[in-house]
Formats: sequence, structure tokens, C-alpha cells
Amino acid sequence: MSGHSTYQPQNAFLQWFEKRLPIGGLIHSSFVAYPTPRNLNYWWTFGGILSFMLGVQIITGIVLAMHYTPHVDLAFKSVEGIMRDVNYGWLLRYLHSNGASMFFIAVYIHIFRGMYYGSYKEPREVLWILGVIIYLLMMATGFLGYTLPWGQMSFWGATVITNFFSAIPGVGEAIVTWLWGGYAVGNPTLNRFYSLHYLLPFVIAGVVVLHVWALHVAGQNNPAGIEPKSDKDTVPFTPYATVKDGFFIAVFCIMFAWFVFYTPNFLGHADNYVPANPAVTPQHIVPEWYYLPFYAILRAIPNKLLGVCALFGSILILAFLPWLDTSKVRSARYRPLFRQFFWLFFAVCIGLGYLGAMPAEGVYVTIARVLTFYYFAHFIIVLPLLGIFEKTKPLPNSISESVLSKA
Amino acid sequence: MTTVPSAEHSRRDFLYIATGSVAAVGAAATLVPLITQMNPDASTIAAGAPIEVDLAPIADGQIIKVFWRSKPIFIFHRTQKEIDEAKSVDVATLPDPESDAQRTKPGHEPWLVVIGICTHLGCIPIAHEGEYHGWFCPCHGSQYDTAGRIRKGPAPKNLVLPPYQFVSDTRIRIG
Repeated sequence: MSGHSTYQPQNAFLQWFEKRLPIGGLIHSSFVAYPTPRNLNYWWTFGGILSFMLGVQIITGIVLAMHYTPHVDLAFKSVEGIMRDVNYGWLLRYLHSNGASMFFIAVYIHIFRGMYYGSYKEPREVLWILGVIIYLLMMATGFLGYTLPWGQMSFWGATVITNFFSAIPGVGEAIVTWLWGGYAVGNPTLNRFYSLHYLLPFVIAGVVVLHVWALHVAGQNNPAGIEPKSDKDTVPFTPYATVKDGFFIAVFCIMFAWFVFYTPNFLGHADNYVPANPAVTPQHIVPEWYYLPFYAILRAIPNKLLGVCALFGSILILAFLPWLDTSKVRSARYRPLFRQFFWLFFAVCIGLGYLGAMPAEGVYVTIARVLTFYYFAHFIIVLPLLGIFEKTKPLPNSISESVLSKA
Repeated sequence: MTTVPSAEHSRRDFLYIATGSVAAVGAAATLVPLITQMNPDASTIAAGAPIEVDLAPIADGQIIKVFWRSKPIFIFHRTQKEIDEAKSVDVATLPDPESDAQRTKPGHEPWLVVIGICTHLGCIPIAHEGEYHGWFCPCHGSQYDTAGRIRKGPAPKNLVLPPYQFVSDTRIRIG
């Protein structure tokens, strides 16, 4: 579906340049003439929002790196220096720390949108898997970054997460020592986490290029879940999609700004304003909110190795979604049963997130086990069977027909 | 821009194989320093030398925490009641079966020396808490008894015993 470029620069210099490096034509065909389905709703603006947030994180991160010191004795102090002494340091740090949360809010909406409208189905399997890889890289980056302020949650979060690898039989302990560069989380750990936290966003940017490339090969999915058949089904990216994306980025920024200016620590944890103390583990240790559902899955399983396997499995299973969902119909709009199971799955994810924040005892553990079971059952039992037994609604003949019949 | 295949083995075939072999060996050799640099460096290893701890000031029932190789070591001066509790358990019923005698030095029964790191995911358990009067880990709820053995919760192993010996009746060397 790549748009045929009609790019013909009038300016003599641009003509000269285009002959030598046809980048103008590439941009024109990808972001101006590129045909987008005419029925896209606002849920399709989150790709743009995510690109914007990646830019925000890279820019604020590079600036924070100019003032931050990756050393166990100085890291906490330098972050406090950013908050109190550096000009606008408080703003830049709050943008960066809340920006991570906004990034994850946007990516979760983006993922659930893909699930609801079946955007992972043929021919978009590679596009979807690239997205899962980006999500995994985001999780790694977020975890590494949370370590850097070297507060209590930083230290103990790093300890717990690196200890996941100690569950590997035989070589586990050696791998953990290798990750730490010592016999416990310490200065070598902080240094390498800083190095990798700086690296990974650029790796993400690289995979995003592949993601957008794959998107532009397969074309966008749309709420009707059927492919555009004629020019009547599409509109050019500019101005239609550009202004829609731009408008919703602005709306999203209002929410972002509300967190940054009115409740900048709402999504954080007070314990991380206590300097790291290797001798005392905080009473109640929780990860950042965006990892809570996976944390609940880890704790729901009473065996160390199996718990860690379930945690990683719950993310990796996403990569197999294109083949686990056997239905030929993409959009939940025409799949009445799937729609109900989708919302059940959504509720289960929210429920696991809530349980991840609660102490792992009593009734919480029991409920977490039930929800963990459903999480996996949704992928392994419900989706494969639905494709066989569900009676789907008739699909419209074309995108324009589905749009015009509603008008 | 065409390549002309030759029926005979040519000098180019030799160069392909020779270059490929050198590249493979070179890449493997380069990986060694790139991977090994992440392991503990010389100063970290040097700082992990054995330490000596004086046990005389530790009161009955008291647990102290010392650091060896950046790891907290719990030294527990157990009361007679706590020793009896540890001994009265049927070893076969434990998740990680070890008798109290296996976890202490002969003739020094009151002293339990363990690495104070939960064997689940590395948190530091809280002393004198939990149902078994040993340790309770606040992270994921593992409970250890007065011999540092796992009794309940997700941790798979007993608290690890560090290498140590008694230099005298009131002094130990850890490491």
C-alpha cells in the first residue's frame, strides 16, 4: 500500500538535491501522499503519540545525563541537585519520570487497540512482532532507568529483577554475578545500567523504523478490519492523518502536563526518596505501575523457577498471538463473542495490576492465581476455539460502505 | 556486474575459506574480553577477603548483621528454646531437608551463621518475624525458622551458609 509518490519539487536546489538523494520523495510518499483508510478513529493516533513520547524521553534524557553522576555515593545526591539546583532541572526530571509512565499508558492503549481490531492478523504478523520487541525493549529501558536515582526502590528493584536469572538451574548464580559485576548490586551495576539505559532508546528508535516500514508495506488496519479496495476507501496521510494525530498528541500532552505540574510523584513511590541502603529491604516493595500485572503473575506461582517462566511467558506469548487467534475476521466489531472475551481479558489485566500492588498474602494470592490462569487461557484456549465456534457478523463490502451506511 | 563461476577450485575459493575462518576465530576471541569485563574486577575480588568477627558482645537471642563480599551475614546467638525448636522438626518434612547439626558447627550449637539474602529473589529478610521465629522476607513472604531453613513461601532453598570457621570460642573467620 505504499503511496505512489508524485513528488516534483519546483525549487531548483531541491530538484538538484532530489537527484542525488531522493529523501524528499521518501518523506512525501510516506507521510504526505500515503493513503490511510478513511475510517480511522482516535485509537489510531497512539502510534504518533508513542513516536512523540520517544522523542520527549530522548531529549529530556540527554539533558538529564549532563547533570547526573552514575556512582553509588553521588547518584542520589546528583538527582537531588537536578531537582533543587539545576535550572529547570525539576521540570526536566519530572517530564522524564512521568514521560515514562505516559509512554507506557500510550503503549498499552496501542496494544489493546491492536488486539481489539485484530491488527496482528495476516499480513501484519511481522509488524506485530516488531511491536512486541519494542515493548520488551521499553520494559528493559524503564527498569534500567528506575535504578539510576539510587533510592531504596531503585536498589531493591534492581536486586529482585536481576535475581530472576538466578532461577536458571546450574548457571543462574554465575549469570547474576556477571550482571552485577560484584557479589551484590553495587557501583559496577549502576555504571553499566546507566550505559545501557542511554543505549536502549536508540535501539528502540531503530526498531520503530522497522515497525513503521512494515506498517507501510502492509498498510494500516482500520476499525472495519477489511482492506481498502479502491481510492474511495482511503484519504491521503496529509492533511487528514497529520492533523488528527497532531490534535490528539496535544490532548495527550494536557494529561501529561497535568501529571507533571500537579501531581508529579503520584505514579512514583515515596520509598525511592530514601537513599539506597543495601542492609535494609523496604517493608513493601513494588515495581513501577506498568510492571504490576506481570509482578502479580510472578507472585501468584509458589515455585521460583516456574514463577519466573510465567512472568516471561506472559509477555512472550504476545508474539504468538497472530497464530493463536484462528478467526479470519479481524475487527471485534463483527465478532460478538470475541468482543466480550476481549473486555474480560482487559479486566483481568487491570485486576492483575491491582493485585501486583497488594501484599502477596491470603485472598490476594488466590485471586491472582485465578486471574493468571485466565490470562494464559485467553491465549491458549479461548482465542483458538473462538475462531472455530464463533458465528461472526457479515462484513461490509468496503470501508466506504461501512462509513456511509452509518452516516 | 556478473560473477564468472569457475569449475576448478580457484585461489578465490581458498581466500573465501581462509578469510571466513580468520573472521570466525577473531570474532570468538573478541567476545572473550567483551563478556569477561562484566565479571567482578580485581578490586572487587580483593575487597572480598575473609573477615573476623568477635562474638563475645552478641547477647543471647540477638542477631547481628555484618557485611562480607557486599552480602549481609546474619550471626544468630540462639537461645536454648530456639535451638530446641530447630531440632524438634522432622527433617524429612522440610522443603530443603537439612538437620540443625548440618547447619551449625559441632560444639558451637548456639551460633547460626547464614548469608542474609532470601533465596527467592534476593531481599533481606527481617529477623525474629514470621511463624517460625526465624526470618520473614517482606518481598514475597518467605519464612525461615531458627536454623535459617525455608519453611513457607516461594523461596526454594534454605538461607545459604557462608564458608566460616571458629578461630576461638568467641571469634569466627568468615570467608
